[in-house]
Amino acid sequence: MRVVTVGGGPAGLYASLLLKKVEPRNEITVFERNLAGATYGWGVVFSDRTLTEFREADYATYRQITDRFVQWDAIDVLLRGDLVRSGGHVFAGIARKELLGILRRRCEELGVHIGFEQTVDDLGELPPHDVLIGADGVGSTVRRLHEKSFRPSFEEGRARYIWYGTDRALDSFTFIFRESKHGLFQVHAYPFDGTTSTWIVECSEETWRRAGLDEADEGESIAFCERLFADDLLGNPLLSNNSRWLTFTTLRCRSWRHGSVVLLGDAAHTAHFSIGSGTKLAMEDAISLARAFEHHGADADAALADYELERKPVVERFQEAAAESRTYFETTDRYLHLSPQQFAFHLLSRSGRIDYDVLRIRDPGYADGVDRWFATSAGAASAALAPPPAFTPIAWGTLHLRNRVTVSPAPRYSAEDGLPSRAHHADLLRAAESGAALVLTEIVAVSPDARITSGDAGLYRDDHAEGWAPVVDEVHRAGARVGLRLGHAGRRGSTRPRQDGLDRPLREGGWDLVSASAIPFRHDGPVPGELDRGGMDRIVTAFVSAARRGGRAGFDLLELNMAHGYLLGSFLSPLTNVRSDEFGGSLEERMRFPLNVLRAVRSAWPLDKPLAAAINATDWTPGGTQVDDAVALARALAEAGCDIVEILAGHITPDHRPRYGRLFLVALADRVRNEARVPTLVGGGITTTGQANTVLAGGRADLVVMDLLP
Amino acid sequence: MRVGVGLPNSVPGTEASLLLEWARRADAGPFTSIGVVDRVGYDCHEPMALLAAAATVTQRVRLVTMVVIAPLRSTALLAKEAAFIDAVSGGRLVLGLAVGARTSDYEAAGIDHRDRGRRLEEQLATLRDRWETGPGPRAARARGPDLLVGGGSDISFARAARYADGYVHGGGPPRAFARAAERARAAWTDAGRPGRPALWGQSYFALSDDEATRRGRDFMLDYYAFTGPFADKIADGLLTSPQAVLQQIRGYGEAGCDELVLLPAVADLEQLDLLADVVTEARLPEAVS
Repeated sequence: MRVVTVGGGPAGLYASLLLKKVEPRNEITVFERNLAGATYGWGVVFSDRTLTEFREADYATYRQITDRFVQWDAIDVLLRGDLVRSGGHVFAGIARKELLGILRRRCEELGVHIGFEQTVDDLGELPPHDVLIGADGVGSTVRRLHEKSFRPSFEEGRARYIWYGTDRALDSFTFIFRESKHGLFQVHAYPFDGTTSTWIVECSEETWRRAGLDEADEGESIAFCERLFADDLLGNPLLSNNSRWLTFTTLRCRSWRHGSVVLLGDAAHTAHFSIGSGTKLAMEDAISLARAFEHHGADADAALADYELERKPVVERFQEAAAESRTYFETTDRYLHLSPQQFAFHLLSRSGRIDYDVLRIRDPGYADGVDRWFATSAGAASAALAPPPAFTPIAWGTLHLRNRVTVSPAPRYSAEDGLPSRAHHADLLRAAESGAALVLTEIVAVSPDARITSGDAGLYRDDHAEGWAPVVDEVHRAGARVGLRLGHAGRRGSTRPRQDGLDRPLREGGWDLVSASAIPFRHDGPVPGELDRGGMDRIVTAFVSAARRGGRAGFDLLELNMAHGYLLGSFLSPLTNVRSDEFGGSLEERMRFPLNVLRAVRSAWPLDKPLAAAINATDWTPGGTQVDDAVALARALAEAGCDIVEILAGHITPDHRPRYGRLFLVALADRVRNEARVPTLVGGGITTTGQANTVLAGGRADLVVMDLLP
Repeated sequence: MRVGVGLPNSVPGTEASLLLEWARRADAGPFTSIGVVDRVGYDCHEPMALLAAAATVTQRVRLVTMVVIAPLRSTALLAKEAAFIDAVSGGRLVLGLAVGARTSDYEAAGIDHRDRGRRLEEQLATLRDRWETGPGPRAARARGPDLLVGGGSDISFARAARYADGYVHGGGPPRAFARAAERARAAWTDAGRPGRPALWGQSYFALSDDEATRRGRDFMLDYYAFTGPFADKIADGLLTSPQAVLQQIRGYGEAGCDELVLLPAVADLEQLDLLADVVTEARLPEAVS
């Protein structure tokens, strides 16, 4: 088989030498546009897992790489001069130049032909070949010449960054965050040989402009960064390698192959440098490609298909995590208010790949430190021995919770005329016995026509309060506290109990619906009336009366439902509120009625007990509420006396596009909590204490709703 | 966890009479259900007609489609067929619906493939109403058969939570099932449904000897040829030994599966007998949690 490789970087060289090993009769030629030994960049980083792959793929180069690399196991996070260190990670770094030298010599030893200073502009000029490998980097000519097949897309990052080196030796992967009068600057630094380290400086576009770096030349940029990080560089200068300020481009290709042409490494994909080097991905690509040929022999079609099939999903997952990480570093400002311990934990767990459990396994001492910090910050006098975050107490007024876990039984829809049933009783008691500090009821209706289904529980009659009181007492006796969720169904009301599905209108005994505007929930469903002023007054009164009854029944916390397309939520979303009066229009106007309800309830609900509101952090529907709106809403709610915001999403229309990935509400809670600075409660598929600890220790929420398996 | 067995209705060349004998024996065996799949553009017996026939030769097992490609069918006729199977079987039908994975079935049925999601959504929204208040005749159960939704995307989990009684997974190792089950449960809770979703799984098996393994593998490669080189990986998942079957049963059980249906990749009655022996042995105590 004749193979032509365009690009003599790590991807091209490694793939070429591995393919030569698979079949020594393969004729392989590499075209590299630069001189031998000419290279850019400083060091590259590999994880221990990647090194294991290298060992299996080619022991000779593995030995040389491991002879020359430096290894370390710590990640340091420096915020405002405080250092947080987390160990047990295992990284290895090597100078890019060294790596290329090793790969080049191995190619020559195996008989791969390398032509330097050979620019390829026209694939027709290449010698005859059976397979063409495009390993010519993010600006790939091979990709460009078959663009219609590869269908690349580019996504530009918002931050500016610059690659430097420094002679300061490091013993960790180091993140430094430094606030200047221009804004926040951060450093990603890591060693790659015994004396030199890579030192990447990153900041937002605005900060970059404010600091005048958009007009600074090479020397001025260096001088600026040296001054800013003088304390961290310990007097060492920054080294430039023709370094310029860049924005990071994420490249994705719909396809990685076109006939016998295949893309490798940066030519096919890029991933933000904050979670690992592109070189790691590129060399893993090379290994996969060689294995595919080992399996399929000279059947290039099958081999290339296998390669793409194996690598593309892996790389896409990596790119997803890298995108999370990139976004994190673009919006780090949001988290600067966190204490260094929490800030560091949040950073380490940012992409969802490393969580509390992993960090504890890698470095138990670090995890114990997180526990101690969390317990002390929550008010523990002494925390030499501290529980994990999920089991740390918290208090609001007179509500003392023994831990951070809440449980809400699946709704029953088994009430008769709003009276809680024996099943409600049993469910809440069982939830209390789970060990959770707080149990939450299903949504309880504030009036008969506020019910979602005919089986909803209510608090609109005094005998309802008498029905709830013994339930509340029993939960208290079981050691837990109990929160009451109050709501009005709005246009999602008058439906059958949900045993057979959602939003199925009652066939008989239904009632008229009201909503912010006269738009039905299902296109074939009943049209609600637009709520008028008299109706609003009646609804405020109903919420207030229900809250008073809830107080009398002994509930410890009250939550108002403003989410999922029910009545208060219908005012908040622009999809369901098209009113022309002062309760519709801008977000401020759409918030007016829900805030009126909240204020009225606040004055009727005991002051020493917390009041919460459940909101949609996104409607999961184009044109609906977005997370920025939710942040503004959360701020307004807090000002109006709301203590805790529960984060929900979607269900504003039946054709919403939900996202049920892992912990699908947590990122939303994180944004609302850290931008609006309000305590949050979040659920959404949290099933293990490890997940709960990750959410809580990272300051993404203050309480979690866990789904306990029966 | 309960264990069911598939009828080999999509193994090419299978005689109708063998399918009924298979159903009869499955009903007498340790299985709790018999499952069928649906392909129009393939040598595959029509699942609704087959279940109607199977209902008459079985007393006990539930009859499950995993899945019927609903958008290929008129909703009114699908509702009627399902009601009949449920009625004639005494309420044993579990109707799993999805959009299916192959465009070829849409071409074969002459149905627009692009519209499939919207059509399924409409069908799910009206099926139960048709059973409850349609022109009749009625199913054995007033609410009609149990409904499951299949598919791997977020919208599938949302549809299962909005309209159905549970979720039916498309196959794979226990780890893949566990991830899907987690999403199905999360969607269910998020939607405010009472209780929890019924979770069904499926896996292909071919027991006995190398010859059976080879035939089973060939069938898998052909059946999943539309996935390109991925068919190889799917075929690698074929359960070819009692140990593999036991491990799959245990893994699915631990992942929260309510019923795992083992689908034959080889249409020999011997396969059913071999599987029955393994499933009988599989009744092990569950791990203490």
